[in-house]
Amino acid sequence: MTAARAAGYAALVAVAVAAPFVLPQYQSQLALLWVMVVLALSWDIVGGQMGYNSFGNIVFFGIGVYATAVVQRDLFFDIDEYAHAAGGVASQLAPLEYLGGLALGLVLGALLAVLAAAVLGAGILRLRGHYFAICTLGLGIAMGEIAGGTDYIGAGSGLVTPLFPELLGERNRFFYFYFMLLAFTCFGVLGAVYRCRFGLALNAIRDNEDKAEAMGLRTTRYKTIAWCLSAVFLALAGGAYGNFIGFVDPVDTAFAGPTLGVWMILMAIMGGRGTLWGPVLGAMIFHVSREFLWTYLLGWDRMILGLLTVLIVLFLPLGILGWLRGRTAGRAAAAGVKPSAAESRPSSSTSQPPLSESQP
Amino acid sequence: MSALLRVSEVSKSFGGVTANRALSLSVDAGAIAGLIGPNGSGKTTLFNCIVGRHPVDSGSVVFDGREIRHRTVPQIARLGLLRTFQQTRVYGAMDCVQNMQISAPQRDAENARQKLFRKVPAAVTEKAESLLEFAGLYEKRRLRAGELSFGQQKLLEFAMALMNEPKMLLLDEPTAGINPTLINGIMERLLRANAELGITLLVIEHNMRVIMNLAQHIYCLAHGSLLAAGTPQEVREDPRVLSAYLGAQ
Ligand SMILES: Nc1ncnc2c1ncn2[C@@H]1O[C@H](COP(=O)(O)OP(=O)(O)O)[C@@H](O)[C@H]1O
Ligand SMILES: [Mg+2]
Repeated sequence: MTAARAAGYAALVAVAVAAPFVLPQYQSQLALLWVMVVLALSWDIVGGQMGYNSFGNIVFFGIGVYATAVVQRDLFFDIDEYAHAAGGVASQLAPLEYLGGLALGLVLGALLAVLAAAVLGAGILRLRGHYFAICTLGLGIAMGEIAGGTDYIGAGSGLVTPLFPELLGERNRFFYFYFMLLAFTCFGVLGAVYRCRFGLALNAIRDNEDKAEAMGLRTTRYKTIAWCLSAVFLALAGGAYGNFIGFVDPVDTAFAGPTLGVWMILMAIMGGRGTLWGPVLGAMIFHVSREFLWTYLLGWDRMILGLLTVLIVLFLPLGILGWLRGRTAGRAAAAGVKPSAAESRPSSSTSQPPLSESQP
Repeated sequence: MSALLRVSEVSKSFGGVTANRALSLSVDAGAIAGLIGPNGSGKTTLFNCIVGRHPVDSGSVVFDGREIRHRTVPQIARLGLLRTFQQTRVYGAMDCVQNMQISAPQRDAENARQKLFRKVPAAVTEKAESLLEFAGLYEKRRLRAGELSFGQQKLLEFAMALMNEPKMLLLDEPTAGINPTLINGIMERLLRANAELGITLLVIEHNMRVIMNLAQHIYCLAHGSLLAAGTPQEVREDPRVLSAYLGAQ
C-alpha cells in the first residue's frame, strides 16, 4: 500500500469514527448507511464478481435476524412466560447477558446462514442465467412465508428483541460502531480475497463459465464458497439489524425482499458491480438520496429513487465507478495505448463470437 | 508408440440427427493428428464427446490409460486433456495476463485449496507473460481479452491452453477466421508446442494446406461416419474424400 493510499484510508476511518459524535441527530441513519454498505458489498460477491444475479440473498440476512433474536429470547427468558406476556416482557438484561446473547446469536446465525448457503447452493448454483435469478427470487419469498407461519419464531406477529441495557451507553451509537466495523471488515476481507486466485476464478466464471470448466476450474466449489462468504456477512448484519430495529417482522425486517433485498442489488449496480468500491459508493449515494427524499419529498421518494435507478442503469450501465474507469481508460487510449488493429476481424459476420454472453 | 487417446465406437445423436456414428480413432503420444470433413460432418461434436461436454450414447473414450467416458468436463481437463473452441472463448472482461494466470494448472486438489486464497505467485505471472510473448500478444497483455480481434483471441486461447500444461490439446479450427498472413505463424506455433513442449495434438482444420503440413495422420469424417484415414498423402488422394468435399461444396 502506498503512503498516499494509507493516508486516504486513515482519513476515511477518522471521518467514520467522528461522524456519530459530529452528527448525533443522524446517528441511526448513519448506522443504517453501514448496513447498506455491507448489503451491497456482500451481494456483489456473487452478483457482481461472479456474475450470478441473485434476488434471494436476503434469505441469509433473515436467517441472521431470526437466529439472533431466537437465541437472545431462549437464552434468558422462560418461553412460557414470554408467550404469556405476548412479547411484552420488560426484557431488561444485564450488559454482559445482553452482549453474550447477541454475540452467541450472531455466531450461530452466521453458521446457520453458511449451512443454508452450502445446501441451497448445491441445488441452485448449477442453474445459469435467468433460471438462477428466478429460483433465488422464489427462495426469498418462500422464506418470508415460512417464517410468517412458524409459531416457534413468533409467526406473523414477529419477535421483540431484548431492550438495550442502559449501562452500555447509547443504543444507536453502539450499533453504529458495530455496523461500521462490520462494513470495514467486509471491505477488507473482500479486498484481500479478490486479489487472490479466488477473485480471478470468480471473474472467470462471470465472463465464461463454459470456458472455466473446459480449463478444469473447480467452478462448483468456487461458486459455493462465494455464496457462503456472502451469507456470513449478511447474517452478521441481519442479527444486529433485528436488535437495532427492536422488532422482528418476518417480511418487513427479516426477509425484506422488496426493500433491502432489492436495494442491495440496486446499490451494487448503481455504484459499479464487480468492483470493490462500486458497491460502497452505490450504497452511500443510494442511502443518502433515500433519506433525503424521505425527509423532504415523502410520497415522491420511491418514485424518484426508482427514476434515479433507471437513469443510472440506462446511461451508466457499468455503474458510476465503471463509468469513471471507462473515462480514464478512454483518456489513456487517446494518449496512445490503444489496441492496434494488427489483425483483421473475420469477414463473415456469422463467425463473430459473442464475447461476454455465455453460449447455450 | 502407445496411444494417448483412443476413441472406440463412439456414437452420439441429437434427436433424429446422428452426429457421430460408431467413430473410432487413436492418437499416439507426441503425435499430431488431423480431423477433417465437410461442415456439419460431426467434428466438433466428437470433440464435445471426448471432453465430456456431451454424454455419449455408446462407445468408449480412453485417455492416458483411463476410461473417461463418464467424467465431467473439468475432471477431464485436469487429467491433461484440453480443448479450444471453434468460436473463441476467453474471459472477456479480464485482461490477457489474468486470463493466463487463472489458466495455471491446479491438478492436485490439496494444492489448489491452499493456493485459492493466495496471490498469484510471481513465477506464474512470469510464465504467463512469456507464453503471451510466444503467442505474439505481449504488447496486448494489459488489454481486456474482449477487446482483442478474433484472431488474437484464438491465439490467447491457445496460450491459455499451453499455460495449463496439458498432455494433449484438441484444437477446433485454429486458423478459421484468421487473416491468411497470420496462418503460417499459427502453424509454426502449433509445431513448436508439439516439438518443444511435447504436447500431443488433435486438430480440426478446414484449410487443407495447413492440415497436410501439420498432421502425420488424418481422419476424415462425412455425415457423422469415418470416411477415410491415413497419411496426408493417402487421404488427399482418396477418391471418397475428394467426392465428399466436392459434393459438400
Ligand atoms: N448441441 C447440439 N444439438 C443438436 N444438434 C447438434 C448439436 N451439436 C451439433 N449438432 C448437429 O450435429 C451435426 C454435426 O455438427 P458439428 O459437430 O458441429 O459439425 P462440424 O464441427 O463437423 O461442422 C450437425 O448436423 C449439427 O446440426
Ligand atoms: Mg465444428
